[in-house]
Amino acid sequence: MDPLLSGDIGLAEVLIVVLKVVVAFAALMVGVMLMVWFERKLVADMQNRIGPNRAGPFGLLQTLADGIKLFFKEELTPAEADPVVYRLAPYLSLIPAFLVFTVVPVAGNFSGDNDGVVTLFGHETLMQVADPQIGILLVLAMSSVAVYGIMLAGWSSGSKYPLLGSVRATSQMVSYEAALGLSVATVLLLAGSLSTNLIVDTQAGGRWNLWMTGLVPFVVFLVAGTAELNRPPFDLVEAEQELVGGFHTEYTALRFAMFFLAEFMNTVTMSAIIVTLFFGGPAGPTFGLTGWFPDYVLGFVYFFAKLFVFLFVFVWFRATLPRLRYDQLMDLGWKLLIPLALGWFLIVAAVKVAVDSSWNVAVVVVVAIAGLFLGGALLRLASRSGRAARLEEARSTGETPNQLTGGRS
Amino acid sequence: MGYLEGFKVTLRKWAGVHTDTGKRLTLEYPEQVRPKPPRFHGRHVLNRYEDGMEKCIGCELCAGVCPARCIYVRGADNPPDDPVSPGERYGYVYEINYLRCIHCDLCVEACPTQAITETKLFEFAFTDRNDAIYTKAELVVDDDGQPRRQPWENWDGGFDPAEDTSGWMRATSPAGDADFEGIVAWANELGYGARAPEQGQRADSGAGTEPGAGAESTEHAHGSGGH
Repeated sequence: MDPLLSGDIGLAEVLIVVLKVVVAFAALMVGVMLMVWFERKLVADMQNRIGPNRAGPFGLLQTLADGIKLFFKEELTPAEADPVVYRLAPYLSLIPAFLVFTVVPVAGNFSGDNDGVVTLFGHETLMQVADPQIGILLVLAMSSVAVYGIMLAGWSSGSKYPLLGSVRATSQMVSYEAALGLSVATVLLLAGSLSTNLIVDTQAGGRWNLWMTGLVPFVVFLVAGTAELNRPPFDLVEAEQELVGGFHTEYTALRFAMFFLAEFMNTVTMSAIIVTLFFGGPAGPTFGLTGWFPDYVLGFVYFFAKLFVFLFVFVWFRATLPRLRYDQLMDLGWKLLIPLALGWFLIVAAVKVAVDSSWNVAVVVVVAIAGLFLGGALLRLASRSGRAARLEEARSTGETPNQLTGGRS
Repeated sequence: MGYLEGFKVTLRKWAGVHTDTGKRLTLEYPEQVRPKPPRFHGRHVLNRYEDGMEKCIGCELCAGVCPARCIYVRGADNPPDDPVSPGERYGYVYEINYLRCIHCDLCVEACPTQAITETKLFEFAFTDRNDAIYTKAELVVDDDGQPRRQPWENWDGGFDPAEDTSGWMRATSPAGDADFEGIVAWANELGYGARAPEQGQRADSGAGTEPGAGAESTEHAHGSGGH
């Protein structure tokens, strides 16, 4: 809970909240603008190209120029489109992208008992727009709402390619949200709270969840997060070669700009969430300093340095990896990431119980892994015998069994 | 871990941007211009003889062969007291629509008098569809044998006849017969006289800027007898 809002709420408190909102909004917009530029430049560097270099120094203003251009373009609505939903969809995509960022702590001193509390105009507060108790749940909820933006955009366009794109998007994002949620759950198990501030606070002093949870949830989160963002190599939603522009094929001008903005904003916020969940956010060594320097500058520097690494990694993914085939995507999500995240979650939970009750940790781990393998083997046996039964049934009724679907027609 | 090899490749390119590994291949177009190949196809010109007479005889073969149907020609009888071309007829109307032209050069091959040839001018960006239709007045060369520059054409670096005339007509005869390789088989042109033949058709035989060297390459390297 933000200490700012724990007492009486007067004009000063409201003004501080408004200030935080305005600053976060402006910073995010400028950040997204720079992110688009950074991505284009970096991909160009990795592909022996130059990238944007005309608008402004080093092409920095290219995104602004593109935005202004899109602003003045005509907004077309296809004749077949559902007009209300068609207009609503870009907002459903953009607004959740903004809201996710509100719970990300971007600065603050997390050393000792500071808990990231800073003093702003004589009031104690946290360096994040809001610190609701549901914290990380808001992130998951908003990324689910964003699925609606994409799904409705494709459906309401009244056109084939967008529909295919949105069907892909929906199943992809729903599948990967499960893996995403399970790896987040592992972090929550250690933090004992949904509040992003407390999650960062428990990681202060180098106790990063990256190694506290044993690396696997981070890898699962990174892969599932990339899929959730619809970024390469999981950009089947937009797959230019197959679906033109995917769900936003029929969108023009400002409405297209909103999707574009949301996509890059999601990249920035997803990197910020990764930093918050696994890398201790703005927490870092403060060298015993107090006052505004560790509160604002050092915390932000740590946060931004970690954020930047992930922005680089996402662009690096894009420059390197070819797109997955759709069945590979589903296989990776359902047959690898979800079982891995679930199994790891159970092991971490078992270890946590073992430590709390001072049992022998090694024995617990061995028993847990053995239990998981037993469960997996039983599941496999069940699915195999089910398949065999279906094939047998198909043979007895004289149908040609479909080998690909294991007898399912 | 074969999966990770690719990451190394892109990282090396990025880290070596200033070395040979990541050497950038992009040319920054308006400032840096890629040299045009010898037989580059640009916009057309209608040539004239050295005495100023137009070469076009209004036969409409170019219009007939044009796969894009972008050429419109109407011939007319030469006025006896003030003939436009040396023959009986001349091109009275000659229009090329550059919104349709695909620069295949078939008109150049079809032309019996080498009246129509292509330059290497390609930077013309009109803002009016009417400007896309080049009329005879715009296509025919001026009194020095130079193409006429239109307001929407970019002629940065000027027009160098040797550099900016498409080499196709000079490779062989206009009909593309390899037997004429290195042999001048066309009439003199206003401003240029007899153009030097291109030296052979092999990529390594040079662009044919020196007329004297042309004679050596009359050997039929391809032997296929035309295209």
